Amino acid sequence: MMNGVHDMGGIQNMGPIELEDNEPVFHYEWEGRVFALNMATGPLRLWNLDMKRQATESMQPPERYLGASYYERWLESLIKLFKERGVITEEELVTGKIKLKEITEMPSAASPDEVLALMGKGRSARVKTNIKPRFKVGDKIVTRNINIPTHTRLPRYVRGKCGRIERDHGVFIFPDTHSQNWEQSPQHVYVVSFTARELWGPDASLRDKVLVDLWDSYMDII
Amino acid sequence: MKHSDNSDHGSELDPIEIRVRALESLLVEKKLVDRAALDVLVDYFENKVGPMNGAQVVARAWKDPNYKERLLKDGSGAIAELGFTGFQGEDLIVVENTPAVHNVVVCTLCSCYPWSVLGLPPAWYKSNAYRARVVIEPREVLKEFGLELHEDVEVKVWDSTSEIRYLVLPEAPQGAVDMGEDELAKVVTRNSMIGTAKVFLQTMEKE
Repeated sequence: MMNGVHDMGGIQNMGPIELEDNEPVFHYEWEGRVFALNMATGPLRLWNLDMKRQATESMQPPERYLGASYYERWLESLIKLFKERGVITEEELVTGKIKLKEITEMPSAASPDEVLALMGKGRSARVKTNIKPRFKVGDKIVTRNINIPTHTRLPRYVRGKCGRIERDHGVFIFPDTHSQNWEQSPQHVYVVSFTARELWGPDASLRDKVLVDLWDSYMDII
Repeated sequence: MKHSDNSDHGSELDPIEIRVRALESLLVEKKLVDRAALDVLVDYFENKVGPMNGAQVVARAWKDPNYKERLLKDGSGAIAELGFTGFQGEDLIVVENTPAVHNVVVCTLCSCYPWSVLGLPPAWYKSNAYRARVVIEPREVLKEFGLELHEDVEVKVWDSTSEIRYLVLPEAPQGAVDMGEDELAKVVTRNSMIGTAKVFLQTMEKE
Protein backbone atom coordinates (compact mmCIF):
# COMPACT_ATOMS: atom_id res chain seq x y z
CA MET A 1 0.00 0.00 0.00
CA MET A 2 1.28 3.39 -0.80
CA ASN A 3 0.83 5.63 2.26
CA GLY A 4 0.99 2.74 4.69
CA VAL A 5 2.65 2.43 8.06
CA HIS A 6 5.42 0.36 6.44
CA ASP A 7 6.63 3.54 4.70
CA MET A 8 8.66 4.57 7.71
CA GLY A 9 11.43 6.80 6.39
CA GLY A 10 11.57 10.00 8.42
CA ILE A 11 9.26 9.06 11.29
CA GLN A 12 10.63 10.39 14.55
CA ASN A 13 10.12 9.30 18.14
CA MET A 14 10.66 5.64 17.23
CA GLY A 15 12.93 4.95 20.19
CA PRO A 16 16.54 3.77 20.32
CA ILE A 17 18.09 1.17 18.02
CA GLU A 18 18.21 -2.01 20.07
CA LEU A 19 21.44 -3.91 19.52
CA GLU A 20 21.99 -7.51 20.44
CA ASP A 21 25.35 -9.20 20.89
CA ASN A 22 25.99 -12.53 19.16
CA GLU A 23 22.60 -12.50 17.55
CA PRO A 24 21.40 -15.84 16.13
CA VAL A 25 20.13 -16.00 12.54
CA PHE A 26 16.73 -17.09 13.86
CA HIS A 27 15.69 -16.28 17.42
CA TYR A 28 13.10 -19.05 17.52
CA GLU A 29 12.72 -22.23 15.56
CA TRP A 30 9.41 -21.02 14.12
CA GLU A 31 11.13 -18.02 12.55
CA GLY A 32 13.34 -20.33 10.52
CA ARG A 33 10.28 -22.33 9.45
CA VAL A 34 8.40 -19.17 8.40
CA PHE A 35 11.40 -17.97 6.46
CA ALA A 36 11.81 -21.34 4.75
CA LEU A 37 8.08 -21.61 3.99
CA ASN A 38 8.28 -18.27 2.23
CA MET A 39 11.33 -19.27 0.21
CA ALA A 40 10.04 -22.73 -0.65
CA THR A 41 6.66 -21.48 -1.86
CA GLY A 42 8.04 -18.66 -3.99
CA PRO A 43 8.87 -21.03 -6.88
CA LEU A 44 5.19 -22.10 -7.04
CA ARG A 45 4.68 -18.71 -8.73
CA LEU A 46 1.24 -18.28 -7.17
CA TRP A 47 2.40 -14.70 -6.56
CA ASN A 48 5.52 -12.65 -7.13
CA LEU A 49 7.84 -10.78 -4.78
CA ASP A 50 5.98 -7.51 -5.24
CA MET A 51 2.66 -9.17 -4.43
CA LYS A 52 4.29 -10.65 -1.35
CA ARG A 53 5.55 -7.24 -0.27
CA GLN A 54 2.11 -5.74 -0.81
CA ALA A 55 0.53 -8.48 1.30
CA THR A 56 3.05 -7.82 4.09
CA GLU A 57 2.70 -4.06 4.17
CA SER A 58 -1.10 -4.15 4.07
CA MET A 59 -1.32 -6.22 7.26
CA GLN A 60 -4.50 -5.41 9.17
CA PRO A 61 -4.97 -3.59 11.40
CA PRO A 62 -1.98 -1.30 10.75
CA GLU A 63 -1.03 -1.20 14.43
CA ARG A 64 -0.48 -4.91 14.17
CA TYR A 65 2.15 -4.37 11.47
CA LEU A 66 3.92 -1.89 13.73
CA GLY A 67 3.93 -4.26 16.67
CA ALA A 68 4.74 -7.45 14.79
CA SER A 69 8.20 -8.90 14.36
CA TYR A 70 9.62 -9.34 10.88
CA TYR A 71 8.84 -13.05 10.61
CA GLU A 72 5.40 -12.58 12.11
CA ARG A 73 4.67 -10.20 9.23
CA TRP A 74 6.04 -12.76 6.81
CA LEU A 75 3.86 -15.48 8.31
CA GLU A 76 0.65 -13.50 8.13
CA SER A 77 1.26 -12.29 4.58
CA LEU A 78 2.00 -15.84 3.47
CA ILE A 79 -1.24 -17.08 5.02
CA LYS A 80 -3.13 -14.17 3.49
CA LEU A 81 -1.84 -14.95 -0.01
CA PHE A 82 -2.59 -18.67 0.28
CA LYS A 83 -6.11 -17.82 1.43
CA GLU A 84 -6.62 -15.32 -1.38
CA ARG A 85 -5.50 -17.93 -3.91
CA GLY A 86 -8.03 -20.38 -2.48
CA VAL A 87 -5.34 -22.80 -1.33
CA ILE A 88 -6.09 -22.83 2.39
CA THR A 89 -8.79 -21.57 4.75
CA GLU A 90 -8.64 -20.22 8.28
CA GLU A 91 -10.73 -23.20 9.38
CA GLU A 92 -8.14 -25.59 7.96
CA LEU A 93 -5.40 -23.73 9.81
CA VAL A 94 -7.25 -23.87 13.10
CA THR A 95 -8.51 -27.44 12.88
CA GLY A 96 -5.64 -28.94 10.90
CA LYS A 97 -8.20 -30.80 8.79
CA ILE A 98 -8.24 -30.36 5.05
CA LYS A 99 -11.60 -29.10 3.80
CA LEU A 100 -10.81 -27.64 0.40
CA LYS A 101 -10.83 -30.09 -2.44
CA GLU A 102 -7.45 -30.76 -3.90
CA ILE A 103 -6.63 -28.30 -6.60
CA THR A 104 -5.33 -30.43 -9.41
CA GLU A 105 -3.61 -27.75 -11.46
CA MET A 106 -1.43 -26.65 -8.57
CA PRO A 107 2.32 -26.70 -9.21
CA SER A 108 4.23 -29.27 -7.23
CA ALA A 109 6.43 -28.58 -4.22
CA ALA A 110 9.96 -27.37 -4.85
CA SER A 111 12.51 -30.07 -4.02
CA PRO A 112 15.54 -29.47 -1.77
CA ASP A 113 17.75 -29.39 -4.86
CA GLU A 114 15.48 -26.88 -6.57
CA VAL A 115 15.40 -24.48 -3.63
CA LEU A 116 19.16 -24.73 -3.15
CA ALA A 117 19.71 -24.02 -6.83
CA LEU A 118 17.43 -20.99 -6.58
CA MET A 119 19.23 -19.70 -3.50
CA GLY A 120 22.59 -20.13 -5.20
CA LYS A 121 21.60 -18.62 -8.49
CA GLY A 122 19.00 -16.07 -7.49
CA ARG A 123 16.34 -14.50 -9.67
CA SER A 124 17.20 -11.07 -10.96
CA ALA A 125 14.45 -8.52 -11.49
CA ARG A 126 16.52 -7.07 -14.31
CA VAL A 127 14.75 -7.19 -17.67
CA LYS A 128 16.86 -7.80 -20.75
CA THR A 129 15.26 -5.44 -23.15
CA ASN A 130 16.24 -2.20 -24.80
CA ILE A 131 14.26 0.68 -23.43
CA LYS A 132 15.27 4.27 -23.77
CA PRO A 133 16.04 5.88 -20.41
CA ARG A 134 14.08 9.03 -19.62
CA PHE A 135 17.03 10.48 -17.73
CA LYS A 136 20.79 10.59 -17.85
CA VAL A 137 23.40 10.95 -15.14
CA GLY A 138 23.55 14.54 -13.92
CA ASP A 139 19.92 15.34 -14.74
CA LYS A 140 18.00 17.34 -12.15
CA ILE A 141 14.64 15.76 -11.45
CA VAL A 142 11.60 16.30 -9.29
CA THR A 143 9.79 13.29 -7.91
CA ARG A 144 6.08 13.06 -8.54
CA ASN A 145 3.60 13.82 -5.82
CA ILE A 146 1.46 10.74 -6.31
CA ASN A 147 -0.62 8.73 -3.87
CA ILE A 148 -1.20 5.40 -5.52
CA PRO A 149 -3.58 3.33 -3.35
CA THR A 150 -1.74 0.10 -4.16
CA HIS A 151 1.88 -1.04 -3.94
CA THR A 152 4.69 1.32 -4.82
CA ARG A 153 8.39 1.76 -4.06
CA LEU A 154 8.34 5.55 -4.04
CA PRO A 155 8.65 6.42 -0.36
CA ARG A 156 6.60 9.33 0.97
CA TYR A 157 9.64 11.21 2.24
CA VAL A 158 11.04 11.68 -1.27
CA ARG A 159 7.82 12.75 -3.03
CA GLY A 160 7.71 16.19 -4.59
CA LYS A 161 11.44 16.61 -3.94
CA CYS A 162 14.26 17.72 -6.20
CA GLY A 163 17.13 15.33 -6.74
CA ARG A 164 19.91 14.43 -9.13
CA ILE A 165 20.37 11.30 -11.23
CA GLU A 166 23.62 9.67 -10.09
CA ARG A 167 23.59 6.35 -11.88
CA ASP A 168 21.47 4.35 -14.30
CA HIS A 169 21.01 0.79 -13.03
CA GLY A 170 19.45 -0.43 -16.26
CA VAL A 171 16.00 -1.85 -16.89
CA PHE A 172 13.96 -3.57 -14.18
CA ILE A 173 10.48 -4.86 -13.48
CA PHE A 174 8.17 -2.08 -12.24
CA PRO A 175 6.76 -3.11 -8.84
CA ASP A 176 3.67 -0.89 -9.04
CA THR A 177 2.19 -2.91 -11.90
CA HIS A 178 3.90 -6.23 -11.19
CA SER A 179 2.30 -6.29 -7.73
CA GLN A 180 -1.16 -5.89 -9.25
CA ASN A 181 -1.34 -8.09 -12.32
CA TRP A 182 2.13 -9.52 -13.12
CA GLU A 183 2.61 -6.77 -15.70
CA GLN A 184 6.36 -6.12 -15.78
CA SER A 185 6.19 -2.65 -17.40
CA PRO A 186 10.01 -2.65 -17.58
CA GLN A 187 11.73 0.69 -17.11
CA HIS A 188 15.02 2.17 -16.02
CA VAL A 189 15.90 2.44 -12.36
CA TYR A 190 18.34 5.11 -11.17
CA VAL A 191 20.22 6.11 -8.09
CA VAL A 192 18.76 9.50 -7.26
CA SER A 193 20.46 11.68 -4.67
CA PHE A 194 18.65 14.14 -2.46
CA THR A 195 20.38 16.57 -0.15
CA ALA A 196 19.44 16.22 3.50
CA ARG A 197 18.29 19.85 3.38
CA GLU A 198 15.97 19.21 0.44
CA LEU A 199 14.33 16.37 2.36
CA TRP A 200 14.41 17.64 5.92
CA GLY A 201 14.76 21.40 5.78
CA PRO A 202 17.29 24.01 6.86
CA ASP A 203 18.26 22.35 10.14
CA ALA A 204 19.60 19.28 8.37
CA SER A 205 23.29 18.76 7.64
CA LEU A 206 24.65 20.72 4.71
CA ARG A 207 26.78 17.77 3.61
CA ASP A 208 24.61 14.71 4.00
CA LYS A 209 22.62 13.00 1.29
CA VAL A 210 20.04 10.28 0.92
CA LEU A 211 20.24 8.09 -2.17
CA VAL A 212 17.15 6.28 -3.31
CA ASP A 213 16.59 3.89 -6.22
CA LEU A 214 13.74 5.24 -8.32
CA TRP A 215 11.99 4.15 -11.49
CA ASP A 216 11.45 6.26 -14.62
CA SER A 217 7.78 6.89 -13.92
CA TYR A 218 8.33 8.22 -10.40
CA MET A 219 9.87 11.49 -11.58
CA ASP A 220 10.14 14.27 -14.14
CA ILE A 221 12.96 16.41 -15.40
CA ILE A 222 13.22 19.91 -14.00
CA MET B 1 9.14 -11.54 19.47
CA LYS B 2 7.11 -10.83 22.57
CA HIS B 3 4.80 -13.61 21.46
CA SER B 4 7.45 -16.19 22.10
CA ASP B 5 8.86 -15.10 25.41
CA ASN B 6 7.17 -17.82 27.37
CA SER B 7 10.07 -20.25 27.28
CA ASP B 8 9.70 -20.78 31.03
CA HIS B 9 6.56 -22.75 30.44
CA GLY B 10 8.33 -25.83 29.18
CA SER B 11 6.34 -27.72 26.61
CA GLU B 12 3.60 -25.13 26.29
CA LEU B 13 3.47 -23.96 22.70
CA ASP B 14 3.18 -20.33 21.83
CA PRO B 15 0.15 -19.42 19.64
CA ILE B 16 2.41 -18.31 16.81
CA GLU B 17 4.34 -21.55 16.96
CA ILE B 18 1.09 -23.49 16.71
CA ARG B 19 0.05 -21.40 13.72
CA VAL B 20 3.37 -21.94 11.94
CA ARG B 21 3.21 -25.69 12.51
CA ALA B 22 -0.38 -25.77 11.30
CA LEU B 23 0.54 -23.91 8.12
CA GLU B 24 3.54 -26.14 7.46
CA SER B 25 1.50 -29.30 7.95
CA LEU B 26 -1.29 -28.07 5.70
CA LEU B 27 1.09 -27.12 2.90
CA VAL B 28 2.95 -30.40 3.17
CA GLU B 29 -0.30 -32.32 3.10
CA LYS B 30 -1.43 -30.38 0.06
CA LYS B 31 1.90 -31.24 -1.57
CA LEU B 32 2.90 -27.60 -2.00
CA VAL B 33 5.87 -27.86 0.32
CA ASP B 34 8.54 -30.50 0.74
CA ARG B 35 9.68 -30.60 4.38
CA ALA B 36 13.20 -31.55 3.34
CA ALA B 37 13.35 -28.35 1.29
CA LEU B 38 12.49 -26.35 4.42
CA ASP B 39 15.28 -28.04 6.34
CA VAL B 40 17.90 -27.27 3.69
CA LEU B 41 16.74 -23.66 3.52
CA VAL B 42 17.12 -23.15 7.27
CA ASP B 43 20.53 -24.84 7.17
CA TYR B 44 21.64 -22.74 4.20
CA PHE B 45 20.88 -19.46 5.94
CA GLU B 46 22.10 -20.58 9.36
CA ASN B 47 25.38 -22.07 8.15
CA LYS B 48 26.23 -21.46 4.51
CA VAL B 49 25.80 -17.75 3.94
CA GLY B 50 26.56 -14.90 6.31
CA PRO B 51 28.84 -11.94 6.92
CA MET B 52 31.88 -14.20 6.50
CA ASN B 53 31.17 -14.07 2.76
CA GLY B 54 31.15 -10.30 2.61
CA ALA B 55 34.22 -10.18 4.85
CA GLN B 56 36.21 -12.15 2.27
CA VAL B 57 35.14 -9.72 -0.43
CA VAL B 58 36.23 -6.76 1.69
CA ALA B 59 39.56 -8.33 2.63
CA ARG B 60 40.31 -9.12 -1.01
CA ALA B 61 39.50 -5.54 -2.00
CA TRP B 62 41.85 -4.22 0.69
CA LYS B 63 44.72 -6.38 -0.52
CA ASP B 64 44.20 -6.31 -4.26
CA PRO B 65 43.71 -2.89 -5.90
CA ASN B 66 42.68 -4.43 -9.20
CA TYR B 67 40.01 -6.48 -7.50
CA LYS B 68 38.81 -3.38 -5.66
CA GLU B 69 38.51 -1.53 -8.92
CA ARG B 70 36.42 -4.32 -10.44
CA LEU B 71 34.34 -4.54 -7.26
CA LEU B 72 33.41 -0.86 -7.30
CA LYS B 73 32.67 -1.01 -11.01
CA ASP B 74 30.68 -4.24 -11.10
CA GLY B 75 29.76 -5.42 -7.61
CA SER B 76 27.88 -8.62 -8.45
CA GLY B 77 30.47 -9.62 -11.06
CA ALA B 78 33.48 -9.18 -8.78
CA ILE B 79 31.70 -10.86 -5.87
CA ALA B 80 30.82 -13.82 -8.09
CA GLU B 81 34.56 -14.28 -8.69
CA LEU B 82 34.79 -15.38 -5.04
CA GLY B 83 31.87 -17.75 -5.54
CA PHE B 84 29.21 -15.69 -3.82
CA THR B 85 26.08 -15.47 -5.92
CA GLY B 86 22.43 -15.96 -5.32
CA PHE B 87 19.19 -14.77 -3.90
CA GLN B 88 19.06 -11.11 -2.85
CA GLY B 89 22.49 -10.52 -4.32
CA GLU B 90 21.71 -10.74 -8.03
CA ASP B 91 22.38 -7.07 -8.66
CA LEU B 92 24.81 -5.77 -6.11
CA ILE B 93 26.58 -2.46 -5.85
CA VAL B 94 29.51 -1.83 -3.55
CA VAL B 95 30.00 1.66 -2.12
CA GLU B 96 33.30 2.69 -0.61
CA ASN B 97 33.81 4.42 2.69
CA THR B 98 36.70 6.89 2.75
CA PRO B 99 37.93 9.47 5.24
CA ALA B 100 35.65 11.97 3.47
CA VAL B 101 32.52 9.89 2.74
CA HIS B 102 30.64 7.50 4.99
CA ASN B 103 27.99 5.26 3.42
CA VAL B 104 25.25 3.52 5.37
CA VAL B 105 22.49 1.25 4.02
CA VAL B 106 18.83 0.89 4.97
CA CYS B 107 15.55 -0.27 3.46
CA THR B 108 12.85 2.06 4.78
CA LEU B 109 9.98 0.22 3.04
CA CYS B 110 10.71 -3.36 4.14
CA SER B 111 14.14 -4.74 5.01
CA CYS B 112 15.98 -5.42 1.75
CA TYR B 113 19.48 -6.69 2.45
CA PRO B 114 22.28 -8.35 0.44
CA TRP B 115 21.69 -11.94 1.58
CA SER B 116 24.33 -13.49 -0.68
CA VAL B 117 27.15 -11.64 1.07
CA LEU B 118 25.73 -10.87 4.53
CA GLY B 119 23.16 -13.59 5.15
CA LEU B 120 19.86 -12.59 6.75
CA PRO B 121 19.61 -9.18 8.40
CA PRO B 122 19.98 -8.65 12.16
CA ALA B 123 16.90 -7.59 14.14
CA TRP B 124 18.03 -3.99 14.46
CA TYR B 125 18.24 -3.61 10.66
CA LYS B 126 14.60 -4.74 10.42
CA SER B 127 13.44 -2.61 13.35
CA ASN B 128 10.96 0.22 12.95
CA ALA B 129 13.44 2.54 14.70
CA TYR B 130 16.30 1.98 12.26
CA ARG B 131 14.09 2.08 9.15
CA ALA B 132 12.43 5.30 10.28
CA ARG B 133 15.34 7.20 11.73
CA VAL B 134 18.50 6.58 9.74
CA VAL B 135 17.36 8.62 6.73
CA ILE B 136 16.44 11.68 8.79
CA GLU B 137 19.06 11.58 11.56
CA PRO B 138 21.87 9.30 10.37
CA ARG B 139 24.49 10.84 12.63
CA GLU B 140 22.39 10.32 15.76
CA VAL B 141 21.64 6.74 14.74
CA LEU B 142 25.32 6.02 14.08
CA LYS B 143 26.18 7.42 17.52
CA GLU B 144 23.96 4.73 19.02
CA PHE B 145 26.24 2.23 17.31
CA GLY B 146 29.22 3.98 18.89
CA LEU B 147 30.24 5.69 15.67
CA GLU B 148 30.68 9.43 15.90
CA LEU B 149 31.50 11.10 12.58
CA HIS B 150 33.18 14.44 12.19
CA GLU B 151 30.92 17.09 10.69
CA ASP B 152 33.25 17.37 7.68
CA VAL B 153 32.50 13.79 6.70
CA GLU B 154 29.72 13.46 4.17
CA VAL B 155 27.13 10.89 5.20
CA LYS B 156 25.37 9.07 2.38
CA VAL B 157 22.35 7.01 3.34
CA TRP B 158 21.35 4.44 0.71
CA ASP B 159 17.67 3.50 0.84
CA SER B 160 17.36 0.14 -0.98
CA THR B 161 13.97 0.73 -2.54
CA SER B 162 14.64 -1.35 -5.68
CA GLU B 163 16.03 -4.84 -6.34
CA ILE B 164 19.58 -3.50 -6.25
CA ARG B 165 21.40 -4.49 -3.07
CA TYR B 166 24.16 -2.44 -1.47
CA LEU B 167 27.29 -3.52 0.34
CA VAL B 168 29.59 -1.05 2.07
CA LEU B 169 33.33 -1.43 1.58
CA PRO B 170 34.64 -0.15 4.91
CA GLU B 171 37.93 1.71 5.25
CA ALA B 172 40.88 -0.59 5.82
CA PRO B 173 42.06 -0.33 9.42
CA GLN B 174 45.50 0.94 10.39
CA GLY B 175 47.91 -1.94 10.11
CA ALA B 176 46.01 -3.78 7.37
CA VAL B 177 49.01 -3.65 5.05
CA ASP B 178 50.92 -6.01 7.34
CA MET B 179 48.19 -8.61 7.43
CA GLY B 180 47.13 -11.42 5.15
CA GLU B 181 43.76 -11.59 3.45
CA ASP B 182 42.41 -14.41 5.62
CA GLU B 183 43.51 -12.65 8.76
CA LEU B 184 41.86 -9.44 7.61
CA ALA B 185 38.61 -11.19 6.74
CA LYS B 186 38.33 -12.18 10.40
CA VAL B 187 38.21 -8.57 11.59
CA VAL B 188 35.60 -7.35 9.10
CA THR B 189 32.31 -7.09 10.95
CA ARG B 190 28.80 -7.32 9.59
CA ASN B 191 27.94 -3.83 10.81
CA SER B 192 30.95 -2.35 9.02
CA MET B 193 29.55 -3.73 5.74
CA ILE B 194 26.14 -2.13 6.43
CA GLY B 195 27.87 1.10 7.36
CA THR B 196 27.02 1.35 11.04
CA ALA B 197 30.57 0.62 12.21
CA LYS B 198 34.19 1.01 11.23
CA VAL B 199 36.73 -1.79 11.26
CA PHE B 200 39.38 -1.74 13.97
CA LEU B 201 42.12 -4.27 14.57
CA GLN B 202 42.37 -3.82 18.34
CA THR B 203 38.81 -3.93 19.55
CA MET B 204 36.74 -6.44 17.67
CA GLU B 205 33.16 -5.38 18.10
CA LYS B 206 30.68 -7.88 19.28
CA GLU B 207 27.72 -8.37 17.03
